[in-house]
Amino acid sequence: MNRLIKNAMVYDAQNDKQGKYDILVNNEKIAAIEPLISDSGINNLEVIDAAGKVVIPALIDIHTHLREPGFEEKETIKTGAEAAAAGGYSAVAAMPNTSPVADNPAVIEQLKLKAAKAAVRIYPIGSITQTSQGEKLSEIGTLARAGAKALSDDGNPVMNSEIMRRAMEYAAAFELPIIDHCEDKNLSRDGVMHEGYYSTIFGLQGIPAAAEEIMVARDIILAEMTGVHLHLAHLSTAGSLNLVKEARARGVKLSFEVTPHHLLLTDQAVKDYDPVMKVHPPLRSEKDRQELVNALKNGEIDILATDHAPHTYEDKLGEFDYAAFGISGLETALALLYDNFIKTDLINWDDLLRMYYYNPAQVLAIEAEGLKVGARADFLIFNPEHNWTIDKNKFKSKGKNTPFNGWQLSGKNEMTFVAGKLVYDDREGRNEIIY
Amino acid sequence: MSLTKKDFLGLYNSSAAEIEEILNTAVAMKDVLTRSVKKVPTLRGKTVINLFFEPSTRTRFSFNLAAKRLSADVMNINKSASSIVKGESLLDTARTMEVMGADVVVIRHSAAGAAQFLAKNIRASVLNAGDGAHAHPTQALLDMYTIREKLGKIEGVKVLIIGDIAHSRVARSNIWGLKKLGAKVSVAGPQTLIPLEIEKMGVKVYTDLDQALQETDVVNILRIQLERQEAGLFPSLREYREIYGMNEKRLDKIGKKALVMHPGPMNRGIEIESSVADSQQSVITEQVRNGVAIRMALLYLLAGREANNEQIN
Repeated sequence: MNRLIKNAMVYDAQNDKQGKYDILVNNEKIAAIEPLISDSGINNLEVIDAAGKVVIPALIDIHTHLREPGFEEKETIKTGAEAAAAGGYSAVAAMPNTSPVADNPAVIEQLKLKAAKAAVRIYPIGSITQTSQGEKLSEIGTLARAGAKALSDDGNPVMNSEIMRRAMEYAAAFELPIIDHCEDKNLSRDGVMHEGYYSTIFGLQGIPAAAEEIMVARDIILAEMTGVHLHLAHLSTAGSLNLVKEARARGVKLSFEVTPHHLLLTDQAVKDYDPVMKVHPPLRSEKDRQELVNALKNGEIDILATDHAPHTYEDKLGEFDYAAFGISGLETALALLYDNFIKTDLINWDDLLRMYYYNPAQVLAIEAEGLKVGARADFLIFNPEHNWTIDKNKFKSKGKNTPFNGWQLSGKNEMTFVAGKLVYDDREGRNEIIY
Repeated sequence: MSLTKKDFLGLYNSSAAEIEEILNTAVAMKDVLTRSVKKVPTLRGKTVINLFFEPSTRTRFSFNLAAKRLSADVMNINKSASSIVKGESLLDTARTMEVMGADVVVIRHSAAGAAQFLAKNIRASVLNAGDGAHAHPTQALLDMYTIREKLGKIEGVKVLIIGDIAHSRVARSNIWGLKKLGAKVSVAGPQTLIPLEIEKMGVKVYTDLDQALQETDVVNILRIQLERQEAGLFPSLREYREIYGMNEKRLDKIGKKALVMHPGPMNRGIEIESSVADSQQSVITEQVRNGVAIRMALLYLLAGREANNEQIN
């Protein structure tokens, strides 16, 4: 089948595209991108008028939790992929902290089987250590052969530096990046929010910035020693940014990601003790947030990622101390980034693509050719004039745990195409997943 | 007379005028407590539920007695006496309170914010009897009442709070309340038990107790929990007693007019020497007496708000 997207505002500097184009999609591939493509003589054609709308490659989220197997009440591969499709992604990488943990090829194979039927592509991440206990290495080579694109003990980071060193050395041979959730568990202990003035007045146990920064520093030193590609998950403090900048200057091979919630919210937001504000790493101080935004503006952030962490209503109900950590982020990230940073000219669409398409693809070593003839047709149609209010009850994700519920935004993803297939359609507010 | 808000959760959001009103109401309540018949019919037909998720003898007794002195029907629900643990069960418990026709629910809970959660979910007034390390406003009010009664004022009075500030809801509520009424507040304790950026609350911080004691009108000594030592926050009780314990030598430093306070229960011989606790300057038993008056005042003011609302609605 053929689809012709007419009059779109196309952004993709990698392929020298910025301006009005028509895009012809033939089955899975982009057949033509021209300022004007005539629809005459093309059989079996659907024409979509995208006047006033933006077309960019669909995003790639390097950090999601799909919860299956083991925690299907929070999310499944199917619902997580649907959330991704709605959010404007063609692909997500799935963290291994499922039950059982993705520390063996069987779990990876099962994920791949289910992923084949899902709305977007899903790339498995294997665990660094067996059952993510931080003691014995997973069968890293076997995981690589089974299709793992990275290794991580996200959520239960490797505390033992010797184990981490060996994991890095071993993984380097298989060209797998190590993704680390940087948290010194001894320092974070029973903490539930950022340690600072607000934890003091709210009477909640604090997690110091140092809990993150110490592990960032350790990982940098080990990466330097072993030559592995180190990817630092969800950096949240000004101190972490400084460490990364110093390491870069020395030529250490690393990348890092920042989440939309750390760019937009601070520890002050915990004031009502609403567990939707509870997340790892915690929402930090305003100074930290400003440094992250500065880094965003200066082009210093490699990757944007959601750390999509869906939870049930019950997991997030009641006392702040007892609630689960995590934010459901796939269906809000793009619109939040557009409304807060692109619309305001802090960054442009190509900056977004660098951080949310090209760089994540590079870290995972997956295909991302962008918008060019012959490339896989993975793109989204974004309506910058679409004014809407985030409504968690409309999420495709089972996780309604968003701190952004009720936020009014301008700009929304309206259509997502994965390999030429329309997987999400929100024209006229349909909010529909198509298989 | 009434409070403007449905609930009473902490002093952070209270105005100086509201605090004064509560203290003044407590004066009248204390008068009731000195009569031969220590009971008034003010809250007859009202239901007060004491919901205690954390072991407490003194505060629970104090609230219980306060409600009874005002002729309210009182129910006590303790964590040990029911299956309530956490999460949704707090919500379910709240709904049960609602159905039982509670007018005021008094809650004590180990998690900060629990009183706020309850307040959001029920129509009845919620009175915070201590939530985690967040707030313990009735304790702070009874401390303030005691200071005002003994020293004649709060404005300009220098209050030193000693001990585990980091885990203390009593310290936080005292700081908010005392600052609102113009007191000068300092805290002293090991640096490991002083929470980050507490200076921003408008207090002076000392790690040297002897230095802190040089100029103070009131010392409020907090209970030190053994579990803080186990968590590695200070080396030993012996050292704590030496360096941060209130003893006779230190009592001499603060002068005869200064007040010695403790929210209880005391670890005699650790944070406070018995001779200090039982000294002329100690107002610790007076604090307990005033606690009942303060809690009567708050129950009265909250139930009064309800009556007003019923008329409005």
